[in-house]
Amino acid sequence: MSGPSTYEPKTGIERWLDQRLPVLRMMHDSFVDYPTPRNLNYFWTFGAILMLCLVVQIVTGIVMAMHYTPSITEAFSSIQRLKRDVPFGWLIQNIHATGSSMFFLAVYIHMFRGLYYGSYKAPREVLWILGVVIYLLMMATAFLGYVLPWGQMSFWGATVITNFFSAIPVVGVPVKEWLMGGFAIDNPTLNRFFSLHYLLPFVIFGVVILHVWALHVTGQNNPDGIEVKDKSDTVAFTPYATIKDFFATAVFMIMFAAFVFYLPDALGHPDNYIPADPLKTPPHIVPEWYLLPFYAILRAIDFAIGPISAKLGGLILMVGAIAVLVVLPWLDTSKVRSMRYRPVARQFFLVFVLVCLALGWCGAQSPDKVVWQAGEFSIAGSYAAGAAGEQKLTATGNTLEEVEKTFGKQLAGAIASNGAGTLTKTVVTPFQFKVTQFSQLLTLYYFAFFLLILPILGLRETPGRVPETIAKAIGAKRAAATERGA
Amino acid sequence: MVRGFFIAAVVALAPFAAHAQEARHPHPEHWSFSGPFGTFDQGAVQRGFQVYKEVCAACHTMDHLTYRHLGEKGGPFVASGKWNAASGGWEEIHLGPPHHGGRFVPPTDNPFVRAIAESYEITEVDPTTGEEITRKGRSADRFVSPYSNPYQAKAVHGVAPPDLSVITKARHDGANYVHAILTGYTDAPEGEVAPGGATNLSYNSYFAGGWISMPPQLTPDRVTYSDGTAATPDQMARDVVTFLAWASEPKQIERKKTGMMVLIYLSILAGLLYAAYRQVWRDVKH
Amino acid sequence: MADHAVPTHAGGEEEPTRRDFIYIATGAVGAVGAAALVWPFIDQMSPAADTLALASSEYDLGQVPEGQQVVIFWRKQPVFIRHRTAAEIAAAQKDDAAPMRDPQTDAQRTVQSNGQAGKAQFLIVQAACTHFGCIPTFGGGSFGGWLCACHGSVYDTAARIRSGPAPLNLVLPPYVYSSDTVVKIG
Repeated sequence: MSGPSTYEPKTGIERWLDQRLPVLRMMHDSFVDYPTPRNLNYFWTFGAILMLCLVVQIVTGIVMAMHYTPSITEAFSSIQRLKRDVPFGWLIQNIHATGSSMFFLAVYIHMFRGLYYGSYKAPREVLWILGVVIYLLMMATAFLGYVLPWGQMSFWGATVITNFFSAIPVVGVPVKEWLMGGFAIDNPTLNRFFSLHYLLPFVIFGVVILHVWALHVTGQNNPDGIEVKDKSDTVAFTPYATIKDFFATAVFMIMFAAFVFYLPDALGHPDNYIPADPLKTPPHIVPEWYLLPFYAILRAIDFAIGPISAKLGGLILMVGAIAVLVVLPWLDTSKVRSMRYRPVARQFFLVFVLVCLALGWCGAQSPDKVVWQAGEFSIAGSYAAGAAGEQKLTATGNTLEEVEKTFGKQLAGAIASNGAGTLTKTVVTPFQFKVTQFSQLLTLYYFAFFLLILPILGLRETPGRVPETIAKAIGAKRAAATERGA
Repeated sequence: MVRGFFIAAVVALAPFAAHAQEARHPHPEHWSFSGPFGTFDQGAVQRGFQVYKEVCAACHTMDHLTYRHLGEKGGPFVASGKWNAASGGWEEIHLGPPHHGGRFVPPTDNPFVRAIAESYEITEVDPTTGEEITRKGRSADRFVSPYSNPYQAKAVHGVAPPDLSVITKARHDGANYVHAILTGYTDAPEGEVAPGGATNLSYNSYFAGGWISMPPQLTPDRVTYSDGTAATPDQMARDVVTFLAWASEPKQIERKKTGMMVLIYLSILAGLLYAAYRQVWRDVKH
Repeated sequence: MADHAVPTHAGGEEEPTRRDFIYIATGAVGAVGAAALVWPFIDQMSPAADTLALASSEYDLGQVPEGQQVVIFWRKQPVFIRHRTAAEIAAAQKDDAAPMRDPQTDAQRTVQSNGQAGKAQFLIVQAACTHFGCIPTFGGGSFGGWLCACHGSVYDTAARIRSGPAPLNLVLPPYVYSSDTVVKIG
């Protein structure tokens, strides 16, 4: 779509069709003769990988809908029937369940790639925002889908997430009840979630078409962040990008298959193999791994800010964490697109990636877990000879590791000498740094990265020298490689 | 005798007193079915079914299993034989997968499965008379529940015993966990009492909180194995865990075997695509 | 093709052969994989193991009075068990030699699935009209048997097609008499 079409119908039928519906011309211009920057690295293959993920999810999902029964009495057992009795049902269910994780893994790599190489910057703002919309739709779809097996995590995840809405002042509770179709998660909820879970992937598909359209209007960004100047900077999409995409997709599928066939439950939670019980909440409820960072941000706010309750504050920040991505193109003030030429921004970016991973870790932990503590505690311990071979440690009020760490060596010695007794240790000035505080710190950086670091850094940093053209960038890279080799 | 010990540690300044007791991590056992090449020790699955039938099934349901599952490919009572087209019946039926010209006997015709199913009485309503009748079990029937309705389990036991269909998937480190629970009963540490002083709970340090509703079950020789295996508590626990692991996902061996072919195929494809990629990009500087 | 920065491969004689081999091999391997992948997605729609294993039904014929019929379920399909009167049997046997679309004798209509003769008074047939599957009603049509109201197929007292659009007689399910009064269908 940059430049005139190069499509030439070869046969009479193609000519006939071209004059009536130039769909072949569109395919040709978009996926065959589309000019592609020739310096793209493997991070640029994730577009194709994501397309694969979407198609896999839709195809396996349609198949599963043929066997799934959206009813609170039948849902769990219909999945078991699918896995036990339907020909290849086990395979299709594993692909779909694992596929959601693969989809998010790929989309996160795709998004971090966009962040690093400045793919959101002008003129690609709309392209980026469409991507954020797809990401939001993916999260909604994944959440709805996770409810369908009607396990314990399905039920309680749905309960927690629908309760987000109750944080909204005035209209919150009515909106929540409207969403659930009742006062609790029940059959009406399951039915509408199934309907929406089936619908949203097609909405995603539609937005993907817009995303690709926007991409083809502006052309692809590239690792050097330099706009294509002339044809010498590009190669044809087919076969050059196509074959590279195929190769990368095959490698991705190897990892995908390893999970499907050997670790099908590794990314899920055992509690979802327990049928939903509205009378019993599991001890540790966590969302799927790909939503953990946002869950950590939600829980980080455990204090009220003026009229805003902790509950609403957490919700605002969680929504804000995604909303900030929408305005990112206008927050980053740098003239240089790619962080390849922004050495300082690169450091902050690296920290940002680590912060996101750490937020994910926090999301999986109990909020009271102690990450780090300074000073010491008053610990009174007693030990006694127990039953044969029994090495049971119990801890009250703190984790077992802490008790073991405090008394481990002392205890072994004491037992060797007399077999029973009491140990006491009293120290003051405790300082405990818990997951909640850690999450708060990480959340602070998350927002600071977008709202402070990128706007200020863009104005103040001294970027590296950006080559004028992609060809020159490649030349410089090769020269450096030769020099290193010599 | 190995000397053991017990500590009760009180963290004086801790502002909270949650998670009073952390369960011990189960000891990692060796299982025939673990690992990418693991397969089921069918003898153990058969013995495990016996333990389930004679011990567990008194209180635990297994809703997602049917008797025919036992005779499906990869199941513990899979049978093979020769099909006699003239008489329309099976001959030379024996336990195990087919070999030497034999064929897989479909579970509905499998005499071992039928015998198991027929050992159960099924209560149902006769559609013509509307009256409750009992009949012998059939291979298509679900594992019979010890309860006549869904509320009875909780009413009888206080806590409903969990369904065992997917138990090794429904617990973290499932196989090791179930084995540890079954063999992990001990006397309670000195001074520790059940919540509320309950007397119907047993102490098991692998169970979260330490106090479990299920009393110890696997006493020596609780079952008598027909293959002569000594029915020690550990042996019975291993067998029943192997059975439960099979029951949680009867298709898992098929899954792993298919996976090996898929991975080999994808590796070859990726290798070829890489060669093609190099070939295409041969003359392009990038 | 646009004038991209790509040199065209003018290549020697030997070069293109090797190149083509890689492309053809890759394409072939990819095609085989894609074809293999299609199968699970087709096969998943086949009857599942639980459907295939649906138990056979046993039925006590003593429950059907003479001149009456019951409809029972076998593999989720309705099956007629008709206790025929002597007049119905006689009418059916009288027509054994009559010209028919799907000629069968009355004895062949009551045979057990193991090939042994059945009981003339009990006619056991699947209740689906062989035209498009509606359930015919007894007592209609001009042959004393069944009439399918959907498209007017007429069956006689041995459930043989005598007029109307249906191509075949009502189908016999596999059954054997497990005792004098009990029939096992399936």
